[in-house]
Amino acid sequence: MEKQSDLLLDIQHLHTAYRLQGDFYDAADDINLTLKKDEILAIVGESGCGKSTVASSIIGLYDHKNTKVTGDILYNELNLVGLNEDLFNKVRGNNIGMIFQDPLASLNPLMRVGDQVAETLYYHTKMNDKERHARVIELFNQVGMPNPEEMYQMYPHELSGGLRQRVVIAIAIACKPEIIIADEPTTALDVTIQAQILDLLEDIQRQSHSGIILITHDLGVVAETADEVAVMYGGQIIEKADVKTIFSHPLHPYTRSLLNSMPQTEDEEDDLHVIQGTVPSLKNMPCSGCRFAKRIPWIPASAHEEEPVIHEVEPGHFVRCTCYKTFHFQGEK
Amino acid sequence: MWKTVLRRFLIMIPQLLILSLLVFILAKMMPGDPFTGLINPNSDPKEIARLRQEYGLNDAPWVQYTRWLGNLFHGDLGESYIQQVPVSSLIWDRAVNTFWLSLLTVIISYGISIPMGISAGRHQDEWQDQSIQIFNYVTFAIPGFVFYILGLWLFGFVLNWFPISGSIGAGVDSGTLAAFGSRLYHMILPAILSALITTTGTVQYLRTGIVDNKVEDYVRTARSKGVPERVVFDKHILRNSLLPIASFFGTTITGLLGGSMIIESVFSYPGMGKLFLDSIGQRDYTTLTALILLFGILTLVGNLLSDIIISIIDPRIRIK
Repeated sequence: MEKQSDLLLDIQHLHTAYRLQGDFYDAADDINLTLKKDEILAIVGESGCGKSTVASSIIGLYDHKNTKVTGDILYNELNLVGLNEDLFNKVRGNNIGMIFQDPLASLNPLMRVGDQVAETLYYHTKMNDKERHARVIELFNQVGMPNPEEMYQMYPHELSGGLRQRVVIAIAIACKPEIIIADEPTTALDVTIQAQILDLLEDIQRQSHSGIILITHDLGVVAETADEVAVMYGGQIIEKADVKTIFSHPLHPYTRSLLNSMPQTEDEEDDLHVIQGTVPSLKNMPCSGCRFAKRIPWIPASAHEEEPVIHEVEPGHFVRCTCYKTFHFQGEK
Repeated sequence: MWKTVLRRFLIMIPQLLILSLLVFILAKMMPGDPFTGLINPNSDPKEIARLRQEYGLNDAPWVQYTRWLGNLFHGDLGESYIQQVPVSSLIWDRAVNTFWLSLLTVIISYGISIPMGISAGRHQDEWQDQSIQIFNYVTFAIPGFVFYILGLWLFGFVLNWFPISGSIGAGVDSGTLAAFGSRLYHMILPAILSALITTTGTVQYLRTGIVDNKVEDYVRTARSKGVPERVVFDKHILRNSLLPIASFFGTTITGLLGGSMIIESVFSYPGMGKLFLDSIGQRDYTTLTALILLFGILTLVGNLLSDIIISIIDPRIRIK
């Protein structure tokens, strides 16, 4: 029973399809995920694997004319799929906060940053001007901004990248949301700032007990912060486990290739491992068979399932397709 | 904010000096002088020479330039050789007429183009947008004089709704309400016609701005805050899309103050544009140089105005 109440978000059979020249193509294909309180769930994958699509589906920010979302995204008793916009606006910013990738582009260049944070409070709280101002100052303190009173009056272009991202985070957490979606929050920042921002996210999570969905392609970030990891490829989740298992005992060929592609400092003479080929574009995505098969051509077709499904190989460790059983890197064996 | 304005003012000083020099050189380069037209078989060459000497036309160019510049500072633009009245009073009368016509034109023009631009941007590629695009192509493609003459013919001659020339009815006492009404009545048709074909730029800039800004990241951030779509549009998208319009606002205003030569000629409206054309026709050099100088100053002031407006709206432009 207690486990049930910890559940924040339950995504079941989520399909998100984009219209390309008249036809719909699944950019997120049968996504099943759960997010619990106090949990950081990382969604990892290459560009174009559908991880941001999942994020925008959860918060309902997609082009409604050219996007079809089906399945269920259950937040408490509320199904966010197909939720009417007025109701959704009560959830967005209030119960679900979002942190974006490019902190300069994510802030309105003509508005003082303090006002941009206060705007969230205006729509979700009954605070008056003074209370909102005080809350923004409190938030700026919380996200570690120096001289918050002064910062309130600044415009985005007057702040450094790290400070801008702190403003974006302040916007996301202003109403103490239960769920925070961070879409590549550190990608546009330099390394020292990245570490600070990640620490800040963990601090916030410890204080607020919210659940964070962290979307990233950076395995270093995942190792440092995540509790649970879902690896996506070609719009599907191909492996899901807790962070320790993913790094110590990865199974799916794609996960193993990704980990193998990380630069290792110990053996400098080794060339960096490169995964052959590229992620197929949405229109050219194979409709059946293992989607990763083309990028590991030395593995015989018989190793793959015809219609790859998710297998629970150990409790809590899920892998798609059977090719992991016989997979080896080229040159091995 | 004030630093930006002050800096822009200081930049204008050398600009104005260069402008005055250019205008002076231009005036000197024009063929003949004011007395050329007075020469006839009976004229005494000595008399002409005496006049040239008297008006200082034989002095060294730089002496003439400094004298002219000095007079300018006293507001003395010289005397029209043709009409024998001070140029400043000649221009003043016309400037008042042009000012009111321009003001009405600007109001109508923005009154039409801003809602059109907003509608086209908001309903991108839908029927509203497509009809506005067609309107834009048509009004952009029609040459002004064709459009004005057609309008004059249709609403002036055929339908007889509006007067076809002048700025005020004959025999109306100035300063009365009737005079105001008569002036307005004379301005309406030219103002509507020139407003209709000057909407293109504003509509296109606004439409493109909205279409571009709609997909910007900060708009997504605003939506992620739970801001209602209507507010997202007005407060975030529209405000950013108005920047290019604002940056043209100053030059639009002063550009119109210079008067439209075509509309004023077609409607025989006694404004600055018509004065300019008439002065060219009559070789009225003093008036002409004064007008060119004035148009130049208006352009500079227009740019200044634009810069001030944009620095008020856009914090990124301000100097710390």
